[in-house]
Amino acid sequence: MKKTYKIEVDCANCALKMEETAKKVEGVQDATVSFMTQKMKVDFSEGADENSVMQAVRKACKKVESDCEIYLEN
Amino acid sequence: MTGKQKKMLFRILAAAVMMTVLRFVPVKGYGLFGLYLIPYLVIGYDILRKAFLGIVHGEIFDENFLMAVATVGAMLLGLYNVSQGEEGEFAEGVAVMLFYQIGELFQAVAVGKSRRNITALMDIRPDYANLEREDGRLEQVDPDDVETGSVIVVRPGEKVPIDGVVVEGASSLNTSALTGESVPRDVCSGQEIVSGCVNLTGMLKIRTTREFGESTVSKILDLVENSSMKKARAENFITKFARYYTPAVCYGALALAVLPTVGNLILGNPANWSTWVIRALTFLVISCPCALVISIPLSFFGGIGGASGCGILVKGSNYLEALSQAKYVVFDKTGTLTRGVFQVAGVYPSPEWASQIAAEDAAPAAETGAVAEDDVIGAATAAGLAERKLLEYAACAESYSTHPISKSLKEAYGREIAPERITGVEEIGGHGVTALVDGVPVAAGNDKLMKKLGIACEEVREAGTVVHLAVNGRYSGYLLIADVVKEQAAEAIRALKASGVKKTVMLTGDSRGVAEHVAGLLGLDEVKSELLPADKVEAVEKLLKEKSAKEKLVFVGDGINDAPVLSRADIGVAMGALGSDAAIEAADIVLMDDDPYKLALAMQISRKCMRIVYENILFALGVKGVCLALGAAGIANMWMAIFADVGVMVLAVLNAVRCLRVKTGRKAG
Repeated sequence: MKKTYKIEVDCANCALKMEETAKKVEGVQDATVSFMTQKMKVDFSEGADENSVMQAVRKACKKVESDCEIYLEN
Repeated sequence: MTGKQKKMLFRILAAAVMMTVLRFVPVKGYGLFGLYLIPYLVIGYDILRKAFLGIVHGEIFDENFLMAVATVGAMLLGLYNVSQGEEGEFAEGVAVMLFYQIGELFQAVAVGKSRRNITALMDIRPDYANLEREDGRLEQVDPDDVETGSVIVVRPGEKVPIDGVVVEGASSLNTSALTGESVPRDVCSGQEIVSGCVNLTGMLKIRTTREFGESTVSKILDLVENSSMKKARAENFITKFARYYTPAVCYGALALAVLPTVGNLILGNPANWSTWVIRALTFLVISCPCALVISIPLSFFGGIGGASGCGILVKGSNYLEALSQAKYVVFDKTGTLTRGVFQVAGVYPSPEWASQIAAEDAAPAAETGAVAEDDVIGAATAAGLAERKLLEYAACAESYSTHPISKSLKEAYGREIAPERITGVEEIGGHGVTALVDGVPVAAGNDKLMKKLGIACEEVREAGTVVHLAVNGRYSGYLLIADVVKEQAAEAIRALKASGVKKTVMLTGDSRGVAEHVAGLLGLDEVKSELLPADKVEAVEKLLKEKSAKEKLVFVGDGINDAPVLSRADIGVAMGALGSDAAIEAADIVLMDDDPYKLALAMQISRKCMRIVYENILFALGVKGVCLALGAAGIANMWMAIFADVGVMVLAVLNAVRCLRVKTGRKAG
């Protein structure tokens, strides 16, 4: 299950950090962040509830990069 | 500028004004520190906050941390000097923070701008569709809300929002956003058109055949936007590099602050530690990895953007990177190097079969009592009849196939073929078809098919594709079909050779005669003919084994029937993909129109892009390395450090933006 989310992030390094962080969240199989298109693509593990996983991803990303934003609504 | 950036600009200006004023304030000692603290906090509070949060969350080694340590260190050093009864210097710490923020702002604006430039170039997304309601009213709606089968109106100057079929009107379309091709394409009622084109002259009514999300324009946008998700090795290198680099620099700075002073103490010299702390702080400021981290993805993105402006869709930075190392290019023949427009060049019934047909034809005539008086005329018409009959059988047998050869047969036959006449169609890949035409078993295909069926056939020496025919189990003749070589093909091969391709190979299911004729015409190095689809995969695998890992193999096909080969090659390129979903999905690089020269152009773009990427890596690392050494030796001060950091970044970003520009000029001839 793959889904793409709009994000807002200011620098390329921060985008990298978000990617690293998102990958570690439980329920996330893989994640890629594109600074250029300001998008995050998340590949959920099987059976994971995407809403709650994304909440966790957003929280974790906010922790490493307080300025970032992930828009959970498309 | 966004609101955030405006606020930043305001903070920068405020801090700059305060610093200028403070130069003329006659306060000394701790009071001065207090006053300088105001602009310092105005300009740097968010950095300090982020650095603090970073430490709390265990993310210590980032640029906020670097800047916070460097500036706080500089301020504390000033305080220390004051406490020793000397004059304290506080302007430096504030200035470093100020310049860092100016650099960050500049970066955000420059990057944001080039990002928008690139996305604007690729923006073929239509904003609305003019939906025709049942009562004939037009309504502007979101393309997403248009159901399949609705009728939409596209006025001159508007983008076609959704794929569909023209039901009314005629016009010419500009497809340059999709193909990079500037010659408009004429369309009229009944023709299919794809979204993303711009309507130029007349009003068109279109019945949509797909939803917006499934339309060409959405697919392409999706593909390009996701392309930066597939990262190139150079990008991954930078990611890894940044992960080790920042901590390494921090420990280096710490060592620079501590080791010389400790050494001095041991040797009994004056510790002189404020000098070394300043050097360590300078070291920290220089070390920000921003220039690298920002410019590499930007270069790739620019390259992909520039390519898509020419009708070349690259599905990932990794493919752009790989393309620059392409040494082997394998082409499919039909539809790639040749137009794939076949024409029947000759119909040759075998003499025995012709006479049989003549006899069958004559039999009913004889029954009615007519006498074939003129034998010569009878023979001539009999030959014509056999030819027509042969073509009819061939066209019927192949009528279910979508292969270009079948199309040309149908075209040459020229009459409607009633589908119920044909039953039991069986396609044998790489051989041909067998079917029942009006209940008569017909086999049409190459000599391999005939061999398989145990039917002896003539050996044909002419260049062209030969379709042998067996009717009722008996050999009855052949049709010669010739293909036309694309006019740009020879130039494309020359250009590929010029850009360092070692070997060009053509794979084809066609006969040897045709294949060698085409290869000779185009100057290809190697030809493998009479291949079945599975043989093509095998041939590519053999080539993959022969080459070294660094040399990449490109396979170029038309996306029809060659999906396995496309995915097996290092880089699969599909050509003429406009409107063909299968090709867009299977390939790594998609050439929207069918000009093989675009492959050479794609290679040029990729090589330019990679050159810029390496330039940036070397330049940024080189300048940083030199400055780090100078900083450690105490030659570069903190001001120089800031300029080194920001300057490198700006130059790297400007260099990266060059990727976007593509020279399409090709040599004449």
